[in-house]
Amino acid sequence: MSVLQIDFGDDSPSSPPRVVGIDLGTTNSLVAYLDLTAPKVIPGADGSPLVPSIVHFPASGEPVVGAAAQQALLTDPHNTVYSAKRLMGRGAADVAGELSLLPFSLAAGSESVIRLAVGGREVTPPEVGAYVLRQLKQNAEAVLGEPVTQAVITVPAYFNDAQRQATKDAGRIAGLEVLRLVNEPTAAALAYGLDKRQNGTIAVYDFGGGTFDISILKLQEGLFEVLATNGDTHLGGDDIDNLLLRVALEDIASEWGRDLSSDNEAIQRLRRAVIDAKHELSTLPATTIAFDYDGREYRRHLPREVFDKLITPIIDRTLGPCRSCLADAGLTPEQIDEVVLVGGSTRIPLVRQAVRALFKAEPHTELNPDEVVALGAAVQAGILSGEVEDQLLLDVTPLSLGIETMGGVVSKLILRNSTIPASATEQFTTAVDGQRNVLIHVLQGERELAKDCRSLARFDLKDIDPVMAGMARIEVRFLIDANGILNVSAKDLRTGKEQSVEIKPSYGLTDEQVEAMILESFDKAEEDFKERQVRETRVEADRVLAAVEKAKQSDAWFELPASEQAGIDQALNELLLSYHGDDYVLIQSKMEALDHASRGLAETMMNSAVRGALKGTKIE
Amino acid sequence: MNSLPSDYYSVFGIAPTLALDLPELQRQFYVLSKQFHPDRFARASAAEQQYALDFTSLLNDAWRVLRDPVSRAEYLLKQQGLEPGDSRTNPPPPELLEEVFELNMALEELRAGDGDARGPIAEALDRFLAMRDQLDRDREALFVRYDDQRDAATLGDLRALLNRRRYIENLVRDAQQALS
Repeated sequence: MSVLQIDFGDDSPSSPPRVVGIDLGTTNSLVAYLDLTAPKVIPGADGSPLVPSIVHFPASGEPVVGAAAQQALLTDPHNTVYSAKRLMGRGAADVAGELSLLPFSLAAGSESVIRLAVGGREVTPPEVGAYVLRQLKQNAEAVLGEPVTQAVITVPAYFNDAQRQATKDAGRIAGLEVLRLVNEPTAAALAYGLDKRQNGTIAVYDFGGGTFDISILKLQEGLFEVLATNGDTHLGGDDIDNLLLRVALEDIASEWGRDLSSDNEAIQRLRRAVIDAKHELSTLPATTIAFDYDGREYRRHLPREVFDKLITPIIDRTLGPCRSCLADAGLTPEQIDEVVLVGGSTRIPLVRQAVRALFKAEPHTELNPDEVVALGAAVQAGILSGEVEDQLLLDVTPLSLGIETMGGVVSKLILRNSTIPASATEQFTTAVDGQRNVLIHVLQGERELAKDCRSLARFDLKDIDPVMAGMARIEVRFLIDANGILNVSAKDLRTGKEQSVEIKPSYGLTDEQVEAMILESFDKAEEDFKERQVRETRVEADRVLAAVEKAKQSDAWFELPASEQAGIDQALNELLLSYHGDDYVLIQSKMEALDHASRGLAETMMNSAVRGALKGTKIE
Repeated sequence: MNSLPSDYYSVFGIAPTLALDLPELQRQFYVLSKQFHPDRFARASAAEQQYALDFTSLLNDAWRVLRDPVSRAEYLLKQQGLEPGDSRTNPPPPELLEEVFELNMALEELRAGDGDARGPIAEALDRFLAMRDQLDRDREALFVRYDDQRDAATLGDLRALLNRRRYIENLVRDAQQALS
């Protein structure tokens, strides 16, 4: 082995870009990749693969992401965004209830897209998500040593169209091509199925920081077929934290005679204290909520029985969706072969007890519940890149899709739990002579009336040929793709021409808005990547330079012919010249040149080392 | 690029019969899914990706419709130009008039708070379920007859049977909802 040999890695341009798997969580986010055949999570600079989904927007300077932003929750809570996933694809009216517990405030015009007023600017939840994604992208690039541009991102199975679209937007803004959105419980099943490979029916109970999902799948020869899914996109560990927080605030109000509920710093510190207590109760029979503030002390003894009693209503809210899911899959609890637990909240003993009682089975917990979704996303990334050929996911749409008809009634076109991609076509006509537009209101949900369903978008069929009322024949195709996102296209059956459709999303960003955000971040992201590459290449070059300088002190150097010495010196000088430039490709090629020039030197050193070794060995 | 299959049966490459070998159809569904799912074409050209998406959505729609005998029969009738009747505007089948009247009375009483009405509703539900079972057996017989003769008369009988079944299905749903 040559001391100067440098492994430049495989950066042949022909190898397709690697696809990473990302779990963009409410509390923590992770990135994973498929290493040969096993998925692996990628640690950040601090060694932990968990990146807290927190972004601090200081009044000046660049936003800070992850563990570094966690501290800002205490020192600058107004400008620090956490749990942004709960705001994805939602409007101000949807989140009015919980905003009172969040320290940041909304800007005007938040009806269809929430705009957070932080750090003297306005950011939307997809942009907050994009900051977290960019951090994960950088972590992956640092470990993999190559640009990362394509990803699979997971979403709660019960996310609606707007929430999925918002997640995809976040990816685009972060400079990632989102090849697929995968449902979190399905991803978890994939991660478990990889090493089990048996056939059977499994239930995945996914109780995370902000969302709850239940999915039932049939596993059969590498095929993961989702039979049914259900959930609540507003139910998670956050709710437990908020409950404990409320209890503690009341306690403190009566003990100290002081209401802290509008003191943001106090709330964030107390939140930290109740979360710590919650975590401890997963392993200990009792704990104490400890909170010091303003020179005063609050201590509350909390036995697990009391904790269990407090959170029972929250845990019970997960059971209804579980029963509905079983019914939709046409199964009884006894017919479930395996139960898999996903999400940090499944560490709570009461949750495990409830799952055990419902499914009458001992749940699987072999894989880290924080990591299993990201691992599964990496497997799905491998399926898309072609590295994994013997597995395939068949997922479903969680909610029925319909259009509003006369009297505000919803006519269902694609029923919930339909395998995706799924489609439906519907014919529309005009009601008035010469009518040029037809407006179609598309909704998601199970209720009969439009007002009780979630409005997705209004599709405006434009420039219809002016004909007599009822004569127009426009065929509209509704297609839910493999991401669970709706695509609409229309055709004029009279002319056979593509009919133009203008989409007015009810919630979320328009395509133009996303494009503008991408443009804004694109140059910067490119710069960031280059800068990091340059820095990393210089570190590499330092190593090479040091090795050559050392070799020049050895006997081997003096054994070399003068021409070879000159060649090495020249290559060395050229590397030094390129070293301070910012062209990392040039630095790399100069390193390669130096490596090449010094091959003879390395061989000579090797040989003298071998000779030296032989000299010291007695040969019988 | 291949053009898409024109109907649900040709997606599976099978003849348009009413009776189907479901386990075989399911096996075929899995085989085609593994072959054409968009996940298999993530790195392919835009045209191939579009074809994979279009074919797979058609395959999923076809499997969803064909695996259920009632929706399969409705589909075939529609293909033959026989639209099902609208159950909301269709009058109840005459022989059911009395049953329907009694059920509605009982539902009305239950809604008014008369718990005693549950008994008659449960009894009516049992009768409707038995009727539905009988209709399903009759339907199987019509399936066999149509596949054999492929005649318009059988399709007409089938259409009438499905309308009646849909009507009973609605009664079952109303009774079950009231009792739950």
